Amino acid sequence: MKLLSIILYVFLFQSCADKKADLKINETVSEIAIKENLSKGNQFENTKIASLNFEALQQKFFQKKTDSIYIINFWATWCKPCVKELPAFEKIASDYSNKKVKVLLVSLDFPDKIETQVVPFMKNNNIKSEVVLLDDADANSWIPKVSPEWSGAIPATIIYKKENRKFYERSFTFEELESELKIFL
Amino acid sequence: MKTKNIFIGLSLLAIAIITLGSCKNEQRKVNDEVAINESSTKTILEKPVLKGYAIGDEATDFKLKDVNGKMVSLSDYKDAKGFIVIFTCNTCPFAVASEERIVALDKEFKPKGYPVIAINPNNPEVQPDDTFVLMQEKAKEAGFTFPYLFDESQTVYAKYGATKTPHVYLLQKEDGKNIVKYIGAIDDNVRNASAVKDRFLANAVNELLEGKEITVKETKAIGCSVKQ
Repeated sequence: MKLLSIILYVFLFQSCADKKADLKINETVSEIAIKENLSKGNQFENTKIASLNFEALQQKFFQKKTDSIYIINFWATWCKPCVKELPAFEKIASDYSNKKVKVLLVSLDFPDKIETQVVPFMKNNNIKSEVVLLDDADANSWIPKVSPEWSGAIPATIIYKKENRKFYERSFTFEELESELKIFL
Repeated sequence: MKTKNIFIGLSLLAIAIITLGSCKNEQRKVNDEVAINESSTKTILEKPVLKGYAIGDEATDFKLKDVNGKMVSLSDYKDAKGFIVIFTCNTCPFAVASEERIVALDKEFKPKGYPVIAINPNNPEVQPDDTFVLMQEKAKEAGFTFPYLFDESQTVYAKYGATKTPHVYLLQKEDGKNIVKYIGAIDDNVRNASAVKDRFLANAVNELLEGKEITVKETKAIGCSVKQ
């Protein structure tokens, strides 16, 4: 009886773990660890670069219902105005971390440049915000889903809290970004 | 002894059920998070900042310096049926990835009356890779078969409403005017020419050539913002 229960227990636990693994695969997330000490907790923590298609990105990051304000910035290492404004986003993330403000940097770098450009860039510039790679070639299909106003030029930014959402096809200084953020605070 | 065994067995079973339950809860949480919510995509509209041409507008002519030093205007092309005007630049990865395709488009459609006119809209003071001298090098190196013009005063791209490179405007001559017929991307895969499924621009030109209404008049693509 005892043995049977243990077997049953192990079996159930196993099936649960399998389901979790399946879920991860369904999200088509391929992860490249850039730091060995993966810390737990903050979901927007910069410990890996996940590669997602638009659908997965949208499901994972665009529809959060928490009290947090999410700032999602589309950028690339080759985009000069994007690189120039990144410190403003980093400063916002650190200055407002206790006010439930979370920054996600969505890289539009080419997938084959992740290890040669994006990861070294993050290390050299000590980027703390979470970075994900949007790897989805048919931009015409997903750009309008980000915003009908978006021409496709980067940098571009979304700020949202629950149902409230604003889209910006422009560059930000720290002060400009802060004043937009205050609309949501 | 037997009752004790049964008790232990039942306890373990209970633990197992609880574990399974919590596992289910966790899954439900994940499913909630991934649930698509239409209303959350509602956008608070910014004040309209979009300028430039819409489909059907008359596009302005211009007089811009080509890499060979000559000035080029649309009106120089007496026999053209229209133009493939592409705002592009020297080093934007999306522009570079499109170079061969732009040359191929010129070769395909110039003989049919729709030549490519490429324009660099970037300010070289902001983007040092886009000076006139480097444009000359680019045109030579990439084997451009079309004019590569420098929008030095940055007025032409602004009138057209180009926001990025590459950004395409397909024009058709109608009663001496150049009418905007298509705006957007070259095709549906900037990064990989061999994976293209839909040649938006080529389809639009072919439809004009056949006297048909263009099916897809506007498309979007990621590009480097114009450096002002």
